Amino acid sequence: MSMASDPLGPTGGESSPPGAFAPVPCVVVRRSVESSDTVTLALRPADGGDFPPFSAGQFNMLYRFGVGEVAVSLSGDPAAAGERVHTVRAAGKVSSAIVGVSVGDVLGVRGPFGAGWPIDETEGRDVVVVVGGLGIAPVRPALYELLRQRDRFGRLEVIYGARTPADILYYAELQRWRSRHDLRFQTTVDAAGRDWYGDVGLVTDRIPDLRFDPTQTVAFLCGPEVMMRRSAQSLEARGLRSDAIFVSMERNMKCALGQCGHCQFGASFICRDGPVLCYADVKPRWNVREL
Amino acid sequence: MPEGISRQGVGDTGILSRNDFPSLFSALKGRGYRVVGPTVRDGAIVYGDLEGDADLPVGWTDRQEAGRYRLERRGDDALFGYNVGPHSWKKYLFPPHERLWTAHRKEESFEVTIEPNEAPPFAFLGVRACEVAAIEVQDRVFLGKYPDPGYRARRGRSLVIGVACGQAGATCFCTSMGTGPGLSEGYDLGITEILSPGPHRFLVRVGSPRGAELASDLPLTPAVTADHGRGKEIIERTAASMGRSMTTDGLRELMVDNLAHPRWEIVARRCLSCANCTLACPTCFCSTNEEMTALDATSAERWRRWDSCFNLGFTELHSAKVRSSGMSRYRQWLTHKLGTWHDQFGVSGCVGCGRCITWCPVGIDLTEEVAAIREPQGARPPPGGLA
Repeated sequence: MSMASDPLGPTGGESSPPGAFAPVPCVVVRRSVESSDTVTLALRPADGGDFPPFSAGQFNMLYRFGVGEVAVSLSGDPAAAGERVHTVRAAGKVSSAIVGVSVGDVLGVRGPFGAGWPIDETEGRDVVVVVGGLGIAPVRPALYELLRQRDRFGRLEVIYGARTPADILYYAELQRWRSRHDLRFQTTVDAAGRDWYGDVGLVTDRIPDLRFDPTQTVAFLCGPEVMMRRSAQSLEARGLRSDAIFVSMERNMKCALGQCGHCQFGASFICRDGPVLCYADVKPRWNVREL
Repeated sequence: MPEGISRQGVGDTGILSRNDFPSLFSALKGRGYRVVGPTVRDGAIVYGDLEGDADLPVGWTDRQEAGRYRLERRGDDALFGYNVGPHSWKKYLFPPHERLWTAHRKEESFEVTIEPNEAPPFAFLGVRACEVAAIEVQDRVFLGKYPDPGYRARRGRSLVIGVACGQAGATCFCTSMGTGPGLSEGYDLGITEILSPGPHRFLVRVGSPRGAELASDLPLTPAVTADHGRGKEIIERTAASMGRSMTTDGLRELMVDNLAHPRWEIVARRCLSCANCTLACPTCFCSTNEEMTALDATSAERWRRWDSCFNLGFTELHSAKVRSSGMSRYRQWLTHKLGTWHDQFGVSGCVGCGRCITWCPVGIDLTEEVAAIREPQGARPPPGGLA
């Protein structure tokens, strides 16, 4: 007997999880200004309910009533129950409207979606994190997870590149991290005035000096594609295998469900199979123009 | 209970005479179905609502070639004597423009209502074998990890009445893709139209329990050996007259391993990036979201509209476009359809219906493009014409 014309079976088949298709109203409970165009928002469900759990590296679709929806990575602590944190930069019409909210305003949330950072892969190994610009936001949940399980892996090296000192996100938190002795957190900027006494230069310039055992290391990269590509090449030159490097990809996303087709990158739907992908799989595709 | 066969089971067959064909419409309507199927409109055979068999393209056929489609009269009164037109059943299961939900402002917050799906069930009358396959391909897209509520509701209630093709069009290649021309599964009721010898009649096969219920409403008479033999002959004859063919051995690898092939630039010189192929394709599923806000801002709606990987804005990212050249967009379409679709959904995205060939305004033929990529580089001169 063929079931093909009745593919759902007598019970109507599996339902999608709540919040996958329609946005769940959430109240902005905190809004902190990170830089001239970037804010960090903390959200709670308007009905007082709970958020579904998320893993570091996943994203939500944020909706501003009547304006539209954009994909924004989760940038808070996965262990923090009750609220979800997003760092948003005003880039287009929708993200600008989201950046413009006030505490008490309501945004819609769909998600969480996608595959995150392979935290388990870090067990017993050194960890290298290279981030550029807003790329620090999707990686921050992974840093929380790693620091919570600090005894499970070896060295932790983080390099963060920003355009200018004024563009450095999570400033106070970074100062705390930079004062810790169980990780090395380096910051570099593309350009700075005379009041900046930190490094100026590309994140890739710092890679030759990183301390890690190339045979026992996992790397997480997040930032502009050209930055991730050069960083991966530098890490490979240091002896790191391509399958030990993970990158967080970005593409145009509309549905976040693997159904609208926009975010395809070769066979991957970035929304569903990514955003975090293994560099070994991505590397050949980065050699193809306009894939 | 009609005379003849009293009860039908899956796999059972019977004969429906031409004069009794209207009983299929009354049976479907009696069971609450909205009957949709092929009808002549605007010089083409499209899919639309059918009141009765007079709405079918009786005595019409289509002549198709790359970039060309014409209707012609047949010398007989066949009901299904043509191939597929510009429409496909996806316009019913995955509508071109669909409201997904509505948000109503409520004090400082808003409330979201997912679009209800209470429309009457469809009876798809005249679904060709390649189209049954196409519906099953879209099932894999929309009923995966996140089943689409609308698609799921419409698909679950729809009835598929398949029709085996009695002739192949010049752009058909379902035999290459292994999807037709005979119906193998995925239908509730399967029909083979027999014009001769003997009276004009339909060999009906039950494909599902729901099809069996429907068949019990029809005045079927037992099918004899000659009917089965004729049905088989018709399908064999159709299979032998495909207008196109495509070698599918290693096709996925051929696509994903040849992203730098010079042929992409050659075909891009002809491609208008008009998206006709993706709109006519019965499996293409790309869409975009649109926000509609009431003028008084008390409500907002999310609509989904068919989109195409040929549209320049499709890959917009930070005000740049990932695929800005026509070359990269044609390559994306074909390598997805024939290559990466396998990785994503475990099947080919092409069912061999030939719509993209017929409805391409410049007559780009994917079977020709695949053959060119398959040939050793330099062995084939670029085609003439616009190139």
